[in-house]
Amino acid sequence: MKKWDLEITSKTFWWKWNLQEVWRYRDLLLLLVMRDYKASFRQTILGPIWFFIQPIFTTIVYTFVFNRVAKLGTDDQPPALFYLSGVILWNYFSTSLTSTSNAFIQNASIFGKVYFPRLIIPVSIVLSNLMKFSVQLAFFLCMLVYYANFTSYTTHLSWHIALVPLLVLNMALLGLGAGMIISSFTTKYRDLAYLVTFGVQLLMYATPVVYPLSMVKGKLLSIILLNPMTGIVEGFRYGFLGTGSFEWGMLAYSFSFAAVMLVIAISLFNRVEKSFMDTV
Amino acid sequence: MEGKVVLKAENISKMYRLGLVNSRSLSADINRWWHLVRGKEDPNLKIGELNNRAVKGNSDYVWALKDINFEVNAGDTMAIIGRNGAGKSTLLKLLSRVTQPTTGSIGVKGRIASLLEVGTGFHPELTGRDNIYLNGAILGMRKSEIKQKLDQIIDFSGVERYIDTPVKRYSSGMYVRLAFAVAAHLESEILIIDEVLAVGDMEFQKKCLGKMDEVAKGQGRTVLFVSHNMAAVKSLCEKGIVIENGQKVFQGAIGEAVKHYMSKGSESALRRQFDFVKNDHFVLNEIKIFNDPSDQEELLLDKHKILIETAFDVLTSEVGHIVYHVYNESGDPIFSMGTTDIELQLGANKITCEVPAYFFQSGTYYLSLFVISKTQKAILIEKDVMTFLVTDGDRLMGAYMGREPGDIRPQFNWYRA
Repeated sequence: MKKWDLEITSKTFWWKWNLQEVWRYRDLLLLLVMRDYKASFRQTILGPIWFFIQPIFTTIVYTFVFNRVAKLGTDDQPPALFYLSGVILWNYFSTSLTSTSNAFIQNASIFGKVYFPRLIIPVSIVLSNLMKFSVQLAFFLCMLVYYANFTSYTTHLSWHIALVPLLVLNMALLGLGAGMIISSFTTKYRDLAYLVTFGVQLLMYATPVVYPLSMVKGKLLSIILLNPMTGIVEGFRYGFLGTGSFEWGMLAYSFSFAAVMLVIAISLFNRVEKSFMDTV
Repeated sequence: MEGKVVLKAENISKMYRLGLVNSRSLSADINRWWHLVRGKEDPNLKIGELNNRAVKGNSDYVWALKDINFEVNAGDTMAIIGRNGAGKSTLLKLLSRVTQPTTGSIGVKGRIASLLEVGTGFHPELTGRDNIYLNGAILGMRKSEIKQKLDQIIDFSGVERYIDTPVKRYSSGMYVRLAFAVAAHLESEILIIDEVLAVGDMEFQKKCLGKMDEVAKGQGRTVLFVSHNMAAVKSLCEKGIVIENGQKVFQGAIGEAVKHYMSKGSESALRRQFDFVKNDHFVLNEIKIFNDPSDQEELLLDKHKILIETAFDVLTSEVGHIVYHVYNESGDPIFSMGTTDIELQLGANKITCEVPAYFFQSGTYYLSLFVISKTQKAILIEKDVMTFLVTDGDRLMGAYMGREPGDIRPQFNWYRA
């Protein structure tokens, strides 16, 4: 038996992740992220300003609906900062998840014509969204500086800010993992795709985005704590605003959740990518 | 060159399910899963039928490819030929890892790149330059590699002036030029090319073919070329595989392969015996179409005269003459030709119609036979009695893959007034 550089067989091994091949295609990953960035604001006048407009308006609406009308508390934080922090975090997670979950279907025309490690596509989606998130994060920091200098608000920054990159990574992995699992299932049966669109919206209410965790009591609390995004949103607010709760346990939980989900996701994805063109 | 084997396909098969994917396919999936869990064979694999799209099958599952075996040596230029639906594209998809074989395995040595389409992943909003990078990377090139070849690619494409304009503003010609230019500069030991790659206007096609030829012969790379254009195949490849209904029916030198393909074809048989075209007045025996009666080559070239020989029996004196109507590939009538000049005799007749060289354009043509009575009534009509393919002899030389407009291409006399 000769040794082949590449063997195309009818068998799929869920443990063969081919990560070294993904690494070989890293340039493609970079170019896809660049493409998303360049293409998204072609022929717009405001360009990247659109990155800000969406969170600004969402924050205004949330402030009005949840703070003024529903009288939900914000842990004594300026509502603008409280909601903005929640909105940008949730946006990153939800757009990563929803666009990753369409990875196979959206790119069927490319996948049908040329081979490259399919994993590149979901990773590029999450990275493109990360870019958008970074810009929004910068905007949030500007708002924070503005509040600290021009209003009576005093900042309560804590050293936990150092954990923010970790929180973002955690969030990226969650969105990637969940999105890939869904995309693996939707190639043949589209049912899940319908669930995702409103499921993500509903999930937001199971995450302390529009309310602080401190308001949740009793049985409900344990359910909210099961949500791996809870620890991330709370940790983020704890770092920048000094409110909310921070526990290492919550962070560890979110991370393990993401890790397990990612392992399942990549295994599934690898299985599906080999033959999804026949059923998509 | 007796090279080493760089690509080996062993027993590869591909099964497809026909019809819609719906809740019934879920039950099939569960059934399959249940069999596999118990360590049994997938029940759906057993009921697959060979793929013949013209015949209605009993099964929802068909074998698009069945037990294909072949080897390709380093430096070979191999053509994969077959009719539409024979399984060429499926084989291509398996080789380029777009989808997985149902059974069997393919071993590959060295880098393999496949071009099933030009411009895969082109983004309309990005400029030509950005798209070169993106497309190159999708095809497996490193960024540094593309950068190094950027000038060559732009130069080859001939769209330098528009290189910083979004490709959505390009004409379709410019678009494919740019796309092909990227593809042409791929560096891999094995290259799989689909014939759709020969695109654009005449000048650019010459360039494309020249480039493919250079890749295949000049650089000594291994090329698999998929086509049903015999002319292109003959000019580019040395060896050929013929696929029919998902099975390999021939492998060998390209000339033999083409001959095999042409003779086996029901779509374009140049000799046809009849026993079903007859009535009380007329019996059709045989029709032959050829360039030269001694010619064994199953090709009709436009650059030679084409002879249509008809053998038939006239049973009554009712029969006046016979007429052929000639239709093009889309079924439009082109002209009719009849035996009005010859007196048909009772009993056996063999008549030949001579079509001058360069009269037919390359392409597929259909003949319908009309037997006309002496009182100008049609006594027998047989539609699509023959189909024949005329091949461009100049194209055979690889000079040009396109086609002049129109169905006929008579050579008229030109002189100065």
